[in-house]
Amino acid sequence: MSASILDPKGITAANVAVAPTLPDIMPPVKARKGFFGFMRRHPAIAIGGSLVLLMVLVAIFAPFLFTTDPTALAPARRTREPSAMYWFGTDMLGRDIYSRVLYGARVSLLVGFSVAVLASIIGLTIGMISGFIRWADSIIMRVMDGMMSIPPILLAIALMALTRGSVQNVIIAITIAEIPRVSRLVRGVVLSLREQPYVDAAVAAGTRTPVIIWRHILPNTLAPITVQATYICASAMIVESILSFIGAGTPPIIPSWGNIMAEGRALWQVKPYIVFFPAIFLSITVLAVNLLGDGLRDALDPRMAKRL
Amino acid sequence: MSTPLLEVNDLKKHFPIRAGFLGGVTGHVYAVDGISFSIAKGETLSLVGESGCGKSTVGKAILRLFDITGGQVMLDGTRIDDMPAATLRPMRRRMQVVFQDPYSSLNPRMRVRDILAEPIRNFGLAKDSADLEKRVGDLMDRVRLPRDAVGRWPHEFSGGQRQRIGIARALAAEPDLIICDEAVSALDVSVKAQIVNLLQDLQKDLGLALLFISHDLAIVEHMTHRVAVMYLGKIVEVAPKRELFAAPKHPYTEALLSAVPVPEPGAQRERVILKGDVPSPINPPKGCRFHTRCPYAFDRCRQDEPALRQTEPGHWSACHLHDRPAAENPLAGAKGAALIAKH
Repeated sequence: MSASILDPKGITAANVAVAPTLPDIMPPVKARKGFFGFMRRHPAIAIGGSLVLLMVLVAIFAPFLFTTDPTALAPARRTREPSAMYWFGTDMLGRDIYSRVLYGARVSLLVGFSVAVLASIIGLTIGMISGFIRWADSIIMRVMDGMMSIPPILLAIALMALTRGSVQNVIIAITIAEIPRVSRLVRGVVLSLREQPYVDAAVAAGTRTPVIIWRHILPNTLAPITVQATYICASAMIVESILSFIGAGTPPIIPSWGNIMAEGRALWQVKPYIVFFPAIFLSITVLAVNLLGDGLRDALDPRMAKRL
Repeated sequence: MSTPLLEVNDLKKHFPIRAGFLGGVTGHVYAVDGISFSIAKGETLSLVGESGCGKSTVGKAILRLFDITGGQVMLDGTRIDDMPAATLRPMRRRMQVVFQDPYSSLNPRMRVRDILAEPIRNFGLAKDSADLEKRVGDLMDRVRLPRDAVGRWPHEFSGGQRQRIGIARALAAEPDLIICDEAVSALDVSVKAQIVNLLQDLQKDLGLALLFISHDLAIVEHMTHRVAVMYLGKIVEVAPKRELFAAPKHPYTEALLSAVPVPEPGAQRERVILKGDVPSPINPPKGCRFHTRCPYAFDRCRQDEPALRQTEPGHWSACHLHDRPAAENPLAGAKGAALIAKH
């Protein structure tokens, strides 16, 4: 490189001090396009995403994955160790833990995704109102502060105490507990976006307020919300398990990871596999969703979009 | 004299300070406290002053990005500060803005085409989509960016290029007045020069009036027809560029000018060093706002607030010194002329 700069104008290497060739600090980058390139650049999304996808497929196709009826009792074959017959063993009522864990994924994923979607939509609406209407802001935010002062699990337990245990009520209870976090986040983003010069420029360019919200505010809140939604999804799955574990969540008739662990709790020193399998599924799923969230956080920044 | 394009009368903007649990108003920031000026068609007026003196607030108040506390803003003889939003919207076309930060002044999630099309669509300037596309392309030509860059995202451009997009967006509305709020302050020197030249060319070609808000006196001297100097929410001096730079009639202007570096090695200039900081706009000093730092302050300055009045044709100043006999007025002579003679 240095030669091409120095050569032409009659300057010879003899009368100038030539710096030694610099190492290539930035090696040429081959931009990979398409799906696989994207996945290569964002390994967190690739790993997290495929694990989540796997879990979703497992939940959907649970009946076809060599499972038996997860609620079928067989007292004669209770507390069997994992074997070729019972892959994850059986519990103290003789139910097949493999089948129960796979069906349990349905509850966990349903609760996780529903809460993430509901809490995001409701939180987005509340946060938008709060960020745009000054007088409503102080009232809404004091209510949210009040809700946030109660630990979400406690709030969910309290809400569950008011109703019958069902998956639907679990979703509602956890959603209510998660809303304050989303609305606070959205409000903060909206308030900072409102001060952006491009919003002022849009006002000066005669754009109406609803269009400003739709075109300039909303698209710029979606990235942080999507990231937050994945974290909420993970947290909701944990809360669901905790609620089920303490008997305040999904009714025992429905297999959920929390329920299976709760039932295996008494035996965990002698038959640890009863708790182990649902626990490992829960951990992997939560880890996968969190990985996906981290990956999305990095990928959704538009300034990163053309990196490499 | 014909109606000025923009006339600002006794403009005031006080921001309430809220504190405590119930958010009661505990005081006000007197950001802009009664300023008046006008801009003729095709004229450039520069608003200068140190940071925090309220320059940008004036720009935003004129654009009506917020409601003002008092005074009037007239655009071509029509009062716009108390207009309902719906009536004002078509009027907004005539005043556009270019902001300081080229990074935050473009929506990162809109392509250049959509950024430029927004004002055109809002004001119904294009007949059809082909006309819209043509106008967007013409705007790119005007600001000397390649036409085929309209499909790109803002983050694909450099700071100077983004500022050109910002200018193109302002031009898209076919305005009569562009408010440049520190429009070149964030750019490095070579890019700054390009943007300044671009603005001057556009002004010449399109007959634009510019309100050029800046703290950079060197650029101001290059750009402007007239200068208004602001200090702590007030205008202290207004004058044609040449006169203001040659013979400032206010001690603050004198101090500001003496801080401009002389572009000549070894050249010395008589510096007027101001003592202390700018007082808080929450609790501005009584009397003349500048008396706490003025080297010439006397008793009257601490009591009466000086009015902005004409000391020479077209040259307005708010200083009590001009009531004194010429011998006792350090600003009376053409003292500054020597400093600026080289320009």
